[in-house]
Amino acid sequence: MSDIIKIVIGGILVNNYIMSQFLGICPFLGVSKKSGTAFGMGMAVTFVMTIASFFTWMIEHFILIPLKIEFMQTIAFILVIASLVQIVELVLKKLSRALYQALGVYLPLITTNCAVLGVAILNSTSGYSLFQSVLNGFSSALGFTLSIVLFAFIRERLAANNMPKWMDGFPGALIAAGLMSLAFLGFSGLI
Amino acid sequence: MSKKPLGKIFMNGILNENPTFRLLLGMCPTLAISTAAVNGIGMGLAATFVLVFSNLVISLLRKIIPEKVRIPSFVVVIASFVTMIDLLLKAFVPSLSAALGMYIPLIVVNCIIFARAESFAFKNGPVESVFDGLGMGLGFTLALTTLSSIRECVGAGTIFGIQIMPASYQPMSFALLPSGGFIFLGLLLLVVNALVAYVDKRKKEKEEEEMML
Repeated sequence: MSDIIKIVIGGILVNNYIMSQFLGICPFLGVSKKSGTAFGMGMAVTFVMTIASFFTWMIEHFILIPLKIEFMQTIAFILVIASLVQIVELVLKKLSRALYQALGVYLPLITTNCAVLGVAILNSTSGYSLFQSVLNGFSSALGFTLSIVLFAFIRERLAANNMPKWMDGFPGALIAAGLMSLAFLGFSGLI
Repeated sequence: MSKKPLGKIFMNGILNENPTFRLLLGMCPTLAISTAAVNGIGMGLAATFVLVFSNLVISLLRKIIPEKVRIPSFVVVIASFVTMIDLLLKAFVPSLSAALGMYIPLIVVNCIIFARAESFAFKNGPVESVFDGLGMGLGFTLALTTLSSIRECVGAGTIFGIQIMPASYQPMSFALLPSGGFIFLGLLLLVVNALVAYVDKRKKEKEEEEMML
């Protein structure tokens, strides 16, 4: 039980993927101008990361380890993730029109989101069980969603203000992210 | 495509389209490993290796790879070279490999390599592609080394492990925290933006002067 709590709190707050591990910074800076799109991206990432944790665990424990080809890990994982994203896109298109329209545009971007490959590698190096891996994928993705949505709210405010000329755009956004990351540091004593 | 001089292709990656400062690509490794100058150079050179070889192979195969499956093909080529550099680093420089940790396998999803494969190597010949990879890679290395030297200097008082600040200097460990990474990169971008604006302005003034004459 304490394991479960540790993984959930760790994933969402303490080891937040963006604020303390630097995974998934590209979408964090790229699609955080509006809170609506940030939320959509967060949901799409949560969806894919949870499923990817499940499948990469299966691949590692039923194919890579029995065949003793662990060094193929990077290639195997990225192929699984890329095809998974394609399959998720196709399935969503057939099953749920509404969900597809909400998440569709973000799905192709996720293949090159390092958070997804990152969670697969972290699950494997931490030696998590199948359940722990899926839980870790899900809660880390929730942490990603939390920080990208919060950051989008901040950027909406920033855009409405007069910024010094050189600060406008990315420099200002990065410094705001730095201050946010400092706030997240406060959670580090939780576990 | 018209032939561009190789020197220009090479410099494009270092100055005009510097991946970190101008295009803001590959931010994850930039922020994560820039705590020590050695890591900055190591990461930059590892990415350069992958960039040069993936650009070369993709450019050679560009007439064979069908347009529709180009993304999966890029992924396989890039992932193979990343696996190679990962194993090489583990074997020959284990300390660097340990410091960079999971960010070495994560070069696979570095947007710089993808972007160059898609926008340059798939459309140009192998020689140009190698020079483009070299320029982009060294531009990335330069940016990483600059940022990590600044962070190491402020956060520990050293650069490449050599003490450069006076002994009385109290290191600000804040610079080495994740938030320090964000803030220092923000400040560095600010300086670069200001410099670019200044150079552009000077160029314009010069042109106007020539027009007057």
